[in-house]
Amino acid sequence: MGYNCVVCVKQVPDTKRITGEAMTEEGTVNRAALPAVFNPEDLYALEQALAVRDAHGGTVTLITMGLPAASEVLRDGLYRGADRAILITDRRAAASDTLATSYILSCAVKKLDPDIVFCGRQAIDGDTAQVGPQLAEKLDMTQITYLEELISLEDKAICIRRNVGNGYEVVQAELPVLVTVMETANEPRPPAAKKMMKFKKAFSPAEVAGKAEHLLEGDYENYTAELKAAEVDKYCGKLQGKGLLIEQWNLDDIEADLTWCGMKGSPTKVHRIQSVVLTGGQHKQIEPTDEGVATLVAELIEEHTIG
Amino acid sequence: MIEVNRQGEVWVFAEAEDGKLSDVPLELMSKGKSLAEKLSVPLAAVLAGGGVRGLADKLVAHGADKVYMVEDEKLTHYQTTGYAKVICGLISEHKPQVVMYGATPIGRDLAPSVASAMKCGLTADCTDLQIGDHTEPVSKTEHKNLLFQIRPAFGGNIIATIVNYDRWPQMATVREGVMPMTEPDESRKGEIVECTASLDGLTLPLQIIESHRQEKAVNLKAARIIVSGGAGVGSRENFQLIWELAGCLGAEVGGSRAAVDLGYVEHDHQVGQTGTTVRPALYIACGISGAVQHRAGMAESAKIIAINTDKDAPIFGVAHYGIVGDLNEVLPKMIKAVRTGAKG
Repeated sequence: MGYNCVVCVKQVPDTKRITGEAMTEEGTVNRAALPAVFNPEDLYALEQALAVRDAHGGTVTLITMGLPAASEVLRDGLYRGADRAILITDRRAAASDTLATSYILSCAVKKLDPDIVFCGRQAIDGDTAQVGPQLAEKLDMTQITYLEELISLEDKAICIRRNVGNGYEVVQAELPVLVTVMETANEPRPPAAKKMMKFKKAFSPAEVAGKAEHLLEGDYENYTAELKAAEVDKYCGKLQGKGLLIEQWNLDDIEADLTWCGMKGSPTKVHRIQSVVLTGGQHKQIEPTDEGVATLVAELIEEHTIG
Repeated sequence: MIEVNRQGEVWVFAEAEDGKLSDVPLELMSKGKSLAEKLSVPLAAVLAGGGVRGLADKLVAHGADKVYMVEDEKLTHYQTTGYAKVICGLISEHKPQVVMYGATPIGRDLAPSVASAMKCGLTADCTDLQIGDHTEPVSKTEHKNLLFQIRPAFGGNIIATIVNYDRWPQMATVREGVMPMTEPDESRKGEIVECTASLDGLTLPLQIIESHRQEKAVNLKAARIIVSGGAGVGSRENFQLIWELAGCLGAEVGGSRAAVDLGYVEHDHQVGQTGTTVRPALYIACGISGAVQHRAGMAESAKIIAINTDKDAPIFGVAHYGIVGDLNEVLPKMIKAVRTGAKG
């Protein structure tokens, strides 16, 4: 039998590689200068889902919520072997905190009726690790966090070793389950060259509209709005025929209650943001010589910091 | 829970495992006490488990005015479902205004599930909590005495202060080791409130087949001196110098994330945002450039010595003493000086 797997992924600014170019003169981070990447831990979630499909059959569906540009992580997932990719994009979803995000994702996941939902443990921009558990609660699915090894999957029972910080535990549960995956779980497979050749031409409708002048033939500049929309639709139809359409859902498509979406559905509000300044600070300079080091050590012994 | 709640108590989830309280709830009690005093409400601990009765007094000694105690066989081994159901039940019944959890693997598993069920806000991994006033930017509506939930975000490059005022309770998980634990006062008196779990008929979804836990071999949090190495150490062999200096100082060995990722030292030794937060009397940073993620975990050390070949390394920004030089040359000099000094 096969399993219907859904993987939730996120496009994030690469907070781990903050180079000089991404720093402002005041020593703070210029977020716009950071490249957008596939959230690293979500790659392990994807790999785990692909491994399940390879071993047992079934499908792997990727979903992400974000701006049309987030289609990039879906393409990356297709290069690595996902069967289907869905972009949830809607202006009304902007400024969603983890509660609103998990609500929106739950509306989408419900439509897919999966056996197993895989999430990365956390995203590197927020590091909250909240969306996975919140999504499980909203879906009323059994939650298994911190997967380190999928030990077995038979019929409707899944057995998992989870990392609990100061040790591990092995748990068994009936499907459906939502699991969050640790980076120690596996080694994500790289994008496959053949799939890259194919899926680099896969786009979401929002991308097709955004890149219309490059993708569509004809005197696009002079088209009316209706004609443009019709041309975009036609092009998307062609993509779909070739299996190259990244599906796109808005909040109406997933029947989300707007009360729980976006700013309105987000109880946490930002009171203040302070940048951590990298410059400044006064320290006493010690020479890297025998004498310099000995004087420092003597000083520390004198004041009973050491010894 | 949508109604505004100004009279509710301040709660700490008293995480316990194998009949022993974790450190974080005890760390949270002293913070919780000052928050509760500011709000003029009681501080309560929520203690759930199988056979946890004996732990209630300790929570009182650490500052709890009240302990809500829920004993049930089904709570003996932590599972999200049972614990979330109990906590949600207690919140609905007693309406606290603040609920705090340790940002431990259990706290980070439980709190989001509770927040989702209660449809309230939750801020993860706070490094500080305060009480303060907030004015809505557009409507200019003022909200007095909210919980300021302060946390690093964006890879530690910004510090965000989060509030919530339209749904209650206000919830946060708090990082281990960031709030100092105060001495217990055994003479304190508190009220023990026995509650029923109402878990009858509930089948827990997880079967626990195996459970292995071990005490951490490395206790960075309790160390008075830490000698820490980063990518600049260059190899696992060179890391011996770190061990040697630590040995003659009676210190623990720490490492940056880079050093751990490169395999120079084990993860238990990692200091920083994804490792342990430390505040020793002396922190010696060797070959650590000082990414914010690392500095967030050690900047509050009483004294910091930084050794780095790059005079512009950010670690010097938080150091009290800076040595610009090659640690392979500086560390032997330091080892020699310490040995000589100790003899003298």
